Amino acid sequence: MTQKILHTPNRPAAVLAVILFAIATITYWDASHMKVRATYGMSASAASYFVAILFVALAIGHLVTAFKPSDIDVEAADWMAVGWIGLALAGLIGSIWLGGGFILGSTLLFALTARAFGRKALLADLCLGAVIGVLVFLVFNKLLTLALPQGPLERLF
Amino acid sequence: MDTFSFLLDGFALAIQPANLIYAAIGVLIGTAVGVLPGIGPALTVALLLPVTFKLDPGGSIIMFAGIYYGGMYGGSTTAILLNTPGESASVVTALEGNKMARAGRGGPALATAAIGSFVAALIATAGLAVLAPYLVKIAIKFGPWDYFGLMLIAFVTVSATFGSSPLRGLTSLAFGLWLGLMGIDQLTGQARLTFGVPELLDGVEVTTLAVGLFAIGEAFFVASRHLYKPEKPIPVKGSIWMTKEDWKRSWKPWLRGTVIGFPIGALPAGGAEIPTFLSYTIERKLSRKPEEFGRGAIEGVAGPEAANNASAAGTLVPLLTLGLPTSATAAVMLAGFQQYNIQPGPLLFTQHADLVWGLVASLFIANVMLLVLNLPLVGMWVKLLKIPLPWLYAGILVFASMGTIAANPSVTELLLLTGFGVVGFVMRRYDYPIAPAVVGLILGPLADSALRRSLQISLGDPMILLQHPSSAIMIGIAVIALVAPFVFRGLSKFRQDED
Repeated sequence: MTQKILHTPNRPAAVLAVILFAIATITYWDASHMKVRATYGMSASAASYFVAILFVALAIGHLVTAFKPSDIDVEAADWMAVGWIGLALAGLIGSIWLGGGFILGSTLLFALTARAFGRKALLADLCLGAVIGVLVFLVFNKLLTLALPQGPLERLF
Repeated sequence: MDTFSFLLDGFALAIQPANLIYAAIGVLIGTAVGVLPGIGPALTVALLLPVTFKLDPGGSIIMFAGIYYGGMYGGSTTAILLNTPGESASVVTALEGNKMARAGRGGPALATAAIGSFVAALIATAGLAVLAPYLVKIAIKFGPWDYFGLMLIAFVTVSATFGSSPLRGLTSLAFGLWLGLMGIDQLTGQARLTFGVPELLDGVEVTTLAVGLFAIGEAFFVASRHLYKPEKPIPVKGSIWMTKEDWKRSWKPWLRGTVIGFPIGALPAGGAEIPTFLSYTIERKLSRKPEEFGRGAIEGVAGPEAANNASAAGTLVPLLTLGLPTSATAAVMLAGFQQYNIQPGPLLFTQHADLVWGLVASLFIANVMLLVLNLPLVGMWVKLLKIPLPWLYAGILVFASMGTIAANPSVTELLLLTGFGVVGFVMRRYDYPIAPAVVGLILGPLADSALRRSLQISLGDPMILLQHPSSAIMIGIAVIALVAPFVFRGLSKFRQDED
């Protein structure tokens, strides 16, 4: 079988059309498995079916535009920077997941995001992030009595 | 005369020291965050929602309103000095304001923006106080079918009618509607789109979506291209005061901007972008010096800024009287009300009359505070623009994630936030508007239940929507508004930029 790659002038629109079709399918599948029925009028599944139809319509719309030249210019992106922010968020999520607590997580988030925006002084940013993290933690936990995730550092206070 | 006595009661409440402090904190934070590039009032309120969770409801709502107005003032400062509008409503201000700043007339540009905002917000808030009770009298007669019709109009106008592309706007709306389906259905208890994840049973938090799309998405987007476009604020040189000539050229655009902004803001027609563009176009037509437009005409700052703030007050009319948000900021404010189990709508004026009128009175007070904060103290805010971009965005991300986990301390919530951030990045990159998604999430479930309650009343007959003339007309308007942009392609040129 020969591989034939479909060439369209507007690739993102084509990709999005596929995603929209997928969401429509998931929504339809989910709605068809609903068991609770309303006595009168519409059941809870009706809105799901409506949204699924809307997604199909939008997917068709995107598919049509995929064969026209794109009407917007997409700028070149610095994927390294995007990756650093992804890493920063992963640092926060990882820290909270593994019980490292909020202060450690937000320190990582701060320093790695600053790195994404081109700062090279990672050590200084780590310190600044830690200071901000401690301050935020104190304000939230002591002043506003909102519970932030606790780790070994937080239990010291 | 009822309005007047209610308003007096409101003032009695608003000048209580605690409420004055809330208003002051609100306008300070609102201005500060509004000045910071890339953060508009919607995001500011969304970021602060979780923080105020345990505070007094009346005070917090006064604070939100202060943030809303403050963000509007602050946004114009950024637009003028940095050419990076903090929110879409300031895009037009940047056109002439930034040119004025480059020509060394940054001071008068800031002054006409601040005074124009003050005049407009003052008149429009008075309009809100006068108009709201009448609208409540009408709204109290609304059946669920009428609400459904209204929400249809809001959906269509926010997403399709005035956007750069109806297809992209509707896609953004559909994303919001889809998220709105998630969780346990309120009428039947049926779980929708939860995929067996218990954290999703409560549905998607509006704040998580707004913060994810606006804050995280913006950070991704700015980082992805900041290397190519570094920007520096233009220093304010010379006097910040307006000359006699400036005054003469400004006062009419202020009033015209107010007259344009307030009604359009009050209609479910999608926020402040349209009136600002409209005001700009009109000022250019009416100006005696049209050749100055594009090179720093003061009318091009005065008019749109007034329209901007007048429409901000205008959006509060449907929000308070009908519970209908017509902009992203209003949608987030609605989430703020709901956080305290207060449902805006006609009943709000009877059940929480003190709260509503206290809020309206606080808007007047906040407006005066903002004039003081923004005219003599503008230099202080400009210093905020000197925060290095890496630290600024790092701080925004810390604050955004902190607010999210404080409201709901779970890893799932953070994963959702990150996911929405990625979606927000993609949407920005490919020019999809953000606001329809937020409006879709908050109005989707409301429209769903309004429709189903109508059908329960009619024993399942869908014709009930067309048998009532009021809802039939509204559904008709929604259909026309949906079809029009596809028929008249030229209409979409009406507004070039969103976000």
